[in-house]
Amino acid sequence: MSVTPLISMRNIDKRFPGVHALKGVSFELLPGEVHALMGENGAGKSTLMKILSGIYPRDGGEILVGGTPAEIDSPRAAQSHGLAIIHQELALMNDLTVAQNIFIGREPRLSFGRLDEKALNRNARDIFAKLNLHLDPKTQVGTLTIARQQLVEIAKALSFKSRVLVMDEPTAALNDREIDELFIIIRQLKAEGVGIVYISHKMDELKRIADRVTVMRDGATVGTVSAADTPVSEIIRMMVGRELGAETVDIPDLAAAPPLLEVRGLTRGRAVRDVSFSVRQGEILGFAGLMGAGRTEVARAIFGADRKNGGEILVHGKALTIRSPADAVAAGIGYLSEDRKHFGLALGMDVKDNVALATMTDFVSRVGAINDARMRATARTFIDRLRIRTPSERQEVRFLSGGNQQKVVIAKWLLRNCDILIFDEPTRGIDVGAKSEIYRLLTDLAAEGRAIIVISSELPEVLRLSHRIAVMCEGRLTGILPGGPGTTQEDIMDLATRRAPAMEPAFPPPPTPETRAPR
Amino acid sequence: MTTADTPQGGALSRIGSAGAMQKMLAFGSLVLLLVGFSLASPQFMQVSNIIAILQATSVNGVLAVAVTLVIITGGIDLSVGTMMTFCAVISGVVLTYWGLPLPFGVLAAIGAGAFCGLCSGTFVAKLKIPPFIATLGMMLILKGLALVISGTRPIYFNDTPGFDLISRGSLIGWVFPSLPIPNGVLILFLVALLVAYILGRTVLGRYTFALGSNEEAVRLSGVNVDAWKIGIYALSGAIVGVAGILIASRLNSAQPALGLGYELEAIAAVVIGGTSLSGGRGTVLGTVIGALIMAVLTNGLRILSVAQEWQTVVTGAIIILAVYADQARRRKG
Repeated sequence: MSVTPLISMRNIDKRFPGVHALKGVSFELLPGEVHALMGENGAGKSTLMKILSGIYPRDGGEILVGGTPAEIDSPRAAQSHGLAIIHQELALMNDLTVAQNIFIGREPRLSFGRLDEKALNRNARDIFAKLNLHLDPKTQVGTLTIARQQLVEIAKALSFKSRVLVMDEPTAALNDREIDELFIIIRQLKAEGVGIVYISHKMDELKRIADRVTVMRDGATVGTVSAADTPVSEIIRMMVGRELGAETVDIPDLAAAPPLLEVRGLTRGRAVRDVSFSVRQGEILGFAGLMGAGRTEVARAIFGADRKNGGEILVHGKALTIRSPADAVAAGIGYLSEDRKHFGLALGMDVKDNVALATMTDFVSRVGAINDARMRATARTFIDRLRIRTPSERQEVRFLSGGNQQKVVIAKWLLRNCDILIFDEPTRGIDVGAKSEIYRLLTDLAAEGRAIIVISSELPEVLRLSHRIAVMCEGRLTGILPGGPGTTQEDIMDLATRRAPAMEPAFPPPPTPETRAPR
Repeated sequence: MTTADTPQGGALSRIGSAGAMQKMLAFGSLVLLLVGFSLASPQFMQVSNIIAILQATSVNGVLAVAVTLVIITGGIDLSVGTMMTFCAVISGVVLTYWGLPLPFGVLAAIGAGAFCGLCSGTFVAKLKIPPFIATLGMMLILKGLALVISGTRPIYFNDTPGFDLISRGSLIGWVFPSLPIPNGVLILFLVALLVAYILGRTVLGRYTFALGSNEEAVRLSGVNVDAWKIGIYALSGAIVGVAGILIASRLNSAQPALGLGYELEAIAAVVIGGTSLSGGRGTVLGTVIGALIMAVLTNGLRILSVAQEWQTVVTGAIIILAVYADQARRRKG
């Protein structure tokens, strides 16, 4: 190829405490190319892009921009090299207008430091015109849809005359029409010679928009292939390192097992509508569905983290009133949030304190002091049992890898003796090796007689783990499928996109107060 | 993404080491100030002057220890100054107006403080009012109530013999005549020990740090966050009650117009001592050193005949410098 690549990353190496995140990764982007970067969560895509955009320093390797070596040591340096990254979480100021957002820090000025609002809006309008985008520069960003806000980010990136655009899962929150609109703009940028790094999990999108695909696994590049000529199954094989469905779930016979958790008619606004299901002792119930289907909301409502409008929750066959997480925990329910850093861990505290966070009062001596020695010993037994990789129980959890952080949260609930555990995206941000460990752990926990709920957006994960699979769409439970090889991803997707209930409710509707039997 | 989310090589430090650094920094500054002032003036290192400094530290120190608790939870308390006055007035009512014996006056002040803290805590935890606003409101309410209850006049403790000895007497000096350290300092020492113990060794203390570190995670761990938070504010309030007794004893009167401004000095001492205003870390020892720095500074500058107005300017500059040093060090780490 005679064209000089816009970007060449060669043998990039990066280590975090306890994790070798990138092992000599190479990546190349040509002008006018949409280069998809694929890989399972934790494969190293985001780390690679954070190094490219100057957020992380690299430990080894070199980066060439337009053929010359470049030192990208800050986001500002990346900007000056014509690199722009559009993160999944948008970095816009909701209370400012579209134009003010695009030109923040570079506002056109009049004399005496007065702002030239007219020029500001005119410049924004010029950019929109180039993109064939119909958007009023004076609109407040907070009033726009997520899709439009994303376009504002793209416009902002282009206003820097960026030659390279990194898009991290740009379609995650978009509907089909918005995706079409985005792709039109991407094609336009392509035609102008802009290179685009496109991070996504969605195979159909790759086929539509990408020229080449680079697959990463376990912090290394597996290979770069042409998007048009490579079958999807081949790309998936590259991602997971094995044919899908190689590992199947062992489904125990649970006919005699009593239900530990029963949920009847659970309702919360429009997010959760009349959801009923039960989980038996020893069972893993998977929860599948598209983003925003209401699975996390179901979990949070059961756990008492959010108020519910209606519905009954029975634990061990007894109806309980759960108003707060404290009530839920007292009933033996543990919830492991998808966002460990915000909802699961006190990051600045050490492993032992986090393990004991739900059982602190058990470690108090008669004079009211915490028995730290006992707490440390307890933490050490969990470090051994769950194989948590940490220098000691005194290590702050923010220095642990995602998988080990997750294990700390699991330890917290095991210590609390919770026999109903709700895992929300248990392997998000966890590398592949740790993932299978978490899978084994979940299977073991169920085998010990706990009831496990696993919410996951990754269908292979749901199929790999679940004894039964509950599928949600738009706040409704649209069906419960049996686990095992008989159920395919297509079966799940069918229910996940079904807009009306496809099955009889698992239980009759809750009795009205008049007909309820006196206790 | 916050910096806390970013794993950093070489930053595998033990818990609290960041706070320890700042404490060292504060301690170093204190030593530097002591050396500097004693070189500048022979008067400075005299026993009587050292005792005056310690005496001046006692009230602000106790207040600062009280605020430390709240600040570690990620909150702030602007009401401790007027709360202290309110507690002093309450003890004046109990001792002078009602003529009850001394212990009742002390208990009334501590109880009043605990109740005020309970109110602040309830506003923050239950009504979800930001701590800044809730305690700003309490600050004004208590200022007003202190004036109303006292009829805007000072209440004197002339009928309660021994009241002034609570702060000005010297138990230590009675045992060791060569060490006439006033009781106020002893009380500060005991309060600091108690709170350091609570923070380091009890569930309440552990939750204080946990709340400041990640309140939502604590809540989702099934901990009754609201109740613990109210408890922390109440404990803080009780300690403010102790400060109320100390200042009333030192002046042998409850001065209802006093109090405003003390809260800022207390917060300044906490900040100089290395407690993070964003919560999650901090130490009592740091706070006490912070309070000492402020007292030494005021005293030293006065001995050098620096005008009162300039003393305030210097104090302000020191606060900015202390926090800047902390920030700069953290950015490097």
